[in-house]
Amino acid sequence: MARAKKMVEKISELMWKPEKIRNMGIVAHIDHGKTTLSDNLLAGAGMISEELAGQQLYLDFDEQEQERGITINAANVSMVHEYKGEEYLINLIDTPGHVDFGGDVTRAMRAVDGVIVVVDAVEGVMPQTETVLRQALRENVKPVLFVNKVDRLIKELELTAEQMQERLVKVITEVNKLIKSMRPEKYKEWMLKVEEGSVAFGSALYKWAVSVPAMKETGVGFKEVYEYIKAGNVKELSKKSPLHRVVLDMVIKHMPSPIEAQKERIQVIWKGDLNSDIGKAMTNCDPKGPVALMITKIVADPHAGEVAVGRLFSGTLKAGMELNIVDRRTKNRIQTVGLYMGPRRVEVSEVPAGNIVAVVGLRDAVAGSTCTNLDEFVPFESIKHYSEPVVTMAIEAKNPRDLPKLIEVLRKLAKEDTTLHVTLNEETGEHLISGMGELHLEVKVEKIRRDYGLEVITSPPIVVFRETVTSTSPIVEGKSPNKHNRFYIVVEPLPEEVIKKFKEGEVDMKMDKKERRRILQEAGLSKEEAAGVQEYMEGNVFCDVTKGIQYLNETMELILEGFREAVRAGPLAREPLMGVKVKLVDCKLHEDAVHRGPAQVIPAVRSAIFAAMLQANPTLLEPYQKVFITVPQDMLGNVTREIQGRRGQILEMRTEGDMVTVVAKAPVKEMFGFAGSIRSATAGKAIWSVEHAGFEPVPQGLMEEFVMEVRKRKGLKLEIPKPEDFVG
Amino acid sequence: MLTFVGLGLWDERDVSFKGYEAVKKADKVYVEFYTSILMGTSIKKLSSFFGKEIKLLERKDLEEESWKIVEEALKLNVVILTPGDPMVATTHSALKLEAEKKGVKTSIIHGASIVSAVCGLTGLHNYRFGKSATVSHPYKGKVSITPIEIIERNWSIDAHTLLYLDLHPKPMSINEALEILLKIKDIKDSFAVGIARAGSSNPIVKCNRIGKLLHENFGKPLHILVVLAKTLHFMEFECLRKFANAPDELEKLVN
Ligand SMILES: Nc1nc2c(ncn2[C@@H]2O[C@H](COP(=O)(O)OP(=O)(O)OP(=O)(O)O)[C@@H](O)[C@H]2O)c(=O)[nH]1
Ligand SMILES: [Mg+2]
Repeated sequence: MARAKKMVEKISELMWKPEKIRNMGIVAHIDHGKTTLSDNLLAGAGMISEELAGQQLYLDFDEQEQERGITINAANVSMVHEYKGEEYLINLIDTPGHVDFGGDVTRAMRAVDGVIVVVDAVEGVMPQTETVLRQALRENVKPVLFVNKVDRLIKELELTAEQMQERLVKVITEVNKLIKSMRPEKYKEWMLKVEEGSVAFGSALYKWAVSVPAMKETGVGFKEVYEYIKAGNVKELSKKSPLHRVVLDMVIKHMPSPIEAQKERIQVIWKGDLNSDIGKAMTNCDPKGPVALMITKIVADPHAGEVAVGRLFSGTLKAGMELNIVDRRTKNRIQTVGLYMGPRRVEVSEVPAGNIVAVVGLRDAVAGSTCTNLDEFVPFESIKHYSEPVVTMAIEAKNPRDLPKLIEVLRKLAKEDTTLHVTLNEETGEHLISGMGELHLEVKVEKIRRDYGLEVITSPPIVVFRETVTSTSPIVEGKSPNKHNRFYIVVEPLPEEVIKKFKEGEVDMKMDKKERRRILQEAGLSKEEAAGVQEYMEGNVFCDVTKGIQYLNETMELILEGFREAVRAGPLAREPLMGVKVKLVDCKLHEDAVHRGPAQVIPAVRSAIFAAMLQANPTLLEPYQKVFITVPQDMLGNVTREIQGRRGQILEMRTEGDMVTVVAKAPVKEMFGFAGSIRSATAGKAIWSVEHAGFEPVPQGLMEEFVMEVRKRKGLKLEIPKPEDFVG
Repeated sequence: MLTFVGLGLWDERDVSFKGYEAVKKADKVYVEFYTSILMGTSIKKLSSFFGKEIKLLERKDLEEESWKIVEEALKLNVVILTPGDPMVATTHSALKLEAEKKGVKTSIIHGASIVSAVCGLTGLHNYRFGKSATVSHPYKGKVSITPIEIIERNWSIDAHTLLYLDLHPKPMSINEALEILLKIKDIKDSFAVGIARAGSSNPIVKCNRIGKLLHENFGKPLHILVVLAKTLHFMEFECLRKFANAPDELEKLVN
C-alpha cells in the first residue's frame, strides 16, 4: 500500500513535467501480441505483479475478452520508467486488433503521440498492420517497431540465425516502405533504423527483447539470443535483456514528448487559427492556457458511472470546473479528474496539459467530443474511421416493459462507440444496430445481456447494401408538388479516385475553392463538375453545373437536403447510395420564396434523382471481406471448400513449413457463421483473421433477388420501381 | 366540371351571390386554407352557411394528389372554395391547367382579394405597385434575400412593394417579417405600411418608418405589409395621413 501511495505521488509529480511524459499506443494486426506486451511492460515496470501479467491477460479484464481471447476495448494504463537516471511517465493505450473494433484504434490515435507497431515475426506485416499504421501516420503519430514472437522463428520454424535475421530485415523494410508511401514528407525523419534503436526484437510472452543500443550495454545480440533459445535458457535471456527495459527505453528515446509532439500535431487535428491565444496555448502545451480537451473514449466504470477519457492539449483540469461540450452545445461540470496508475484510475486534484486524463461528470460528452472552458472554440477535426458499418441486426427487448431501458442502453453504447450506429424507430418499435461486422454486434448484444442484465431478441445479421449506378442517365425533369419548380438532373458513376480524395481528407468543402477544383479535376471530374461540387456525402457527390440561375443560391440548401434524403435511402431498396454523382444541369424556380420552400424542393430533387438512377443501370453493391486462414497442409481442401461455398474467391496461397496460408475474398453476406464452420471444418486448427475489402457489385444474376429480399424485409412493394413511379 | 369560388377576405359571408349559387348546385364541395386563411370563419360555419358538407383539402391533395380532384371533376360538378380571389395563389393555376388538359371544363367565380383590399385600406394607387414577394420563415437559419431584391428593384422604378407574409407553420406577424428583412439589409429608415385583419370590422393600418413599425402591436393575424416607393403621389400621402396615422415627415416623399 505504501508503495502504491508513493507511486501516486510520483505520477502526480511527473504529470507536471511534459518533457518527461510519453503518450503512446500499441497497435498491430490481431493476435500479434499487443496485450501480452502491454501486460509485461506493466509488470516489468512494477505496476502489476508478475503473476498477474501474462498467463491470463490482465488488460483483457472484460469477461468477453477473456472468453474470446481477443481485445475488444482499448485499455488505458500508465507506468513509470527510469531512463538514464531520470524518471518518465508513460501513458499507454493497448488497442484491439480485430477489424470489427477498429474504431477504438482510430480514436486512441488522437490521444497519443507515438505508437509501437507490433509485428508477429512469423506472420509478418499483415493488412491490419497496414491499416493501423496508416491511422497513426494520418494523425501525425510517430511509429516505432517491435517485432514480436521471435522465439517462434527458432522453435517452430527452426530457422538458422541467418535466416532469422533475414526475416527481421524483411519486416523492417516492409514497414519502412509503408511509411514512405503513406507519409513521404515525414519519411526521412520517421524511417525506422535498427542502428538507432527505433526497432526492437523479442518475445512479449517470454519477456525478452533486444535492440542495437541495448546490445551495446547488455552484450546480448542476435547470436546470443539464438544460443539462449536453442539451449532452452529463456529465463536467463529475459534477465540479461529484459523486455520492459529495452522497449521502454526505445519509447522514451524515440517518441516525442507532448511538448515536441503538439508543436506539429495541432495543425493536423485542429483547423482554427494557430496564432490565436488558444492556438498558441495548444501548440505550446500550456497548462496555463484555456482548456482544450478531446474525448477519445467513454468508459463505463462500475463505481463512477461514465468516465470520459481524453487528451488534454492545453489548460489544467480541476474538479468543479464547468466545460463547454462544443459539439453537443451543452455545459457539464467536472466532478473529479484522474489519471491512470497501472490499470487503475486514481483521482487527483488537477491534471495539466499533455496528459491523458480521466474525467467524471462530462455526461453529455461522446467519444470524439471537444471540451473547453472558452465560449467559442473551433472543434477538433472529427476522428474519421475509414470503414462504414456493413452489418445490421434488429433488436428488441424480450419483455416489452424493458423497452425504455433498452433504448437507454443502446444510446449509451452508441455514445461509447461511434462506429456502432443505432437507429431507433419509436413508431414501428423496430430498433436497428449496425456495426463493423458480425463479431462487433455479437459483442455489443452480449454486453447488453451481461452488463445491463437485459434479455433481448435479435434478428440474424444482415448486410447493408449500397445502391449505385453503372451508366449515365438521360436528363430527368423533377417537378415540385406545386408544379412551379423544375429540376433537371443527371446521375452517373462517380470515379473511385474522387471518393478517395474526400475520404482521405485531401479535399473537403471547407478548403480553398480553386485548390479543390484542381484536385477534383485531376481525380476525374470535368472542369464544370469540379467547380460546381456542392456536397460530398458517404461516397456520393452533388454538383451544380448550371449557370446564372436566379434564386438558386438561396435554394441550394433545400436542393442538398433532397440529395441527402436520396443518399440515405435510394430507389431500389431504400438502401444508402454509394458512388453516385448527381448533377443539377438546369432548373426553373418560382420567383417567390414560399413557392419554393422545403415541401416543394426536397421531394422534387429526391424524386428526380431516383428516376434518373433507375435509368442509369442501377445495381447493388455489397461489402466484401478478405480472409486470411492458416491451416496445416492436409486441411487445405476443407478450407477451400468452405470459401468456395460462400461465393468466395481464393486470391493467394502461401506455404511455410507444413502450414499453408490461404488469402481469399468473399461477400460479408455469405461470411456469417464462418467462425463456427471453419472451426468444425478444421478441428479448430485454423488461425484466421479478416479485413474489410470494400464494396463490389453483386452478381448480375442475384441482384433482383437481393433487392426483393430487402424490400420484403422493409415491407415495401415487391417490385423493382420504375422511373414513372417518381416523376409523372 | 371544376369551379373555383373565391371566398373573399374575412368570413363566410364575403362570398359572392354567384359563388353561393355555385356551391348550392355542386355535387362535391372542397375548401382549402393552405394558400391563405379566413380568420373569421371555420369549416363548420361554412358548412352550415352553405347547408352542405365541405371537405378540407391539404397541400398534398392540391399538389401531389391533384389528379384525384381532376378525375372526380370529370364526372361530377366539383367546387373548390379558396380564400381571397382564386387565381391570385399561383398553386391553383397549376390545378386549373391540369384539369383543362385532361378535358375538364373549369370556371372561376371571383372574390375580393387582399391585393385590392390593400389599395382600399391604405389609399395607395394600384398602378403604383411593382412586383410582390413573400417574406418566408427562415429554413435552418437561412433567410431568403428575394424580398429585399424585389423591394430594391421596385424602388428603382419608384414602385411600392406588397409583401405577403408566410403562413406556415404559423402566420407571420409584421414584426417578425420586419426583423427578417432587417437581417438582410438595414432599411430601418424606409417607410412602410402594416395592415392587419383586412376585411374584418376592426382592421389596423399603420404607416411609419420600418424602425418604428418594428415595435408596433398589430394584434391578431393575418398581417400584410407594403414597403413604400421612394416617392408618393400627394393623394397617397393624404390618405396615409388620414387612414394610417402616418407621421408628418412622410410629406417629404411627395414630389
Ligand atoms: N510464442 C509466442 N507467443 C506469443 C508471444 N506474444 C504473444 N503470444 C501469444 O499470442 C497470442 C495473442 O496474444 P495477445 O497479446 O492476446 O495478442 P493481441 O495482439 O493483444 O490480440 P488482439 O488484442 O485480439 O488483437 C496469445 O496466445 C499469446 O500468448 C510471443 O512473444 N511468443
Ligand atoms: Mg489484445
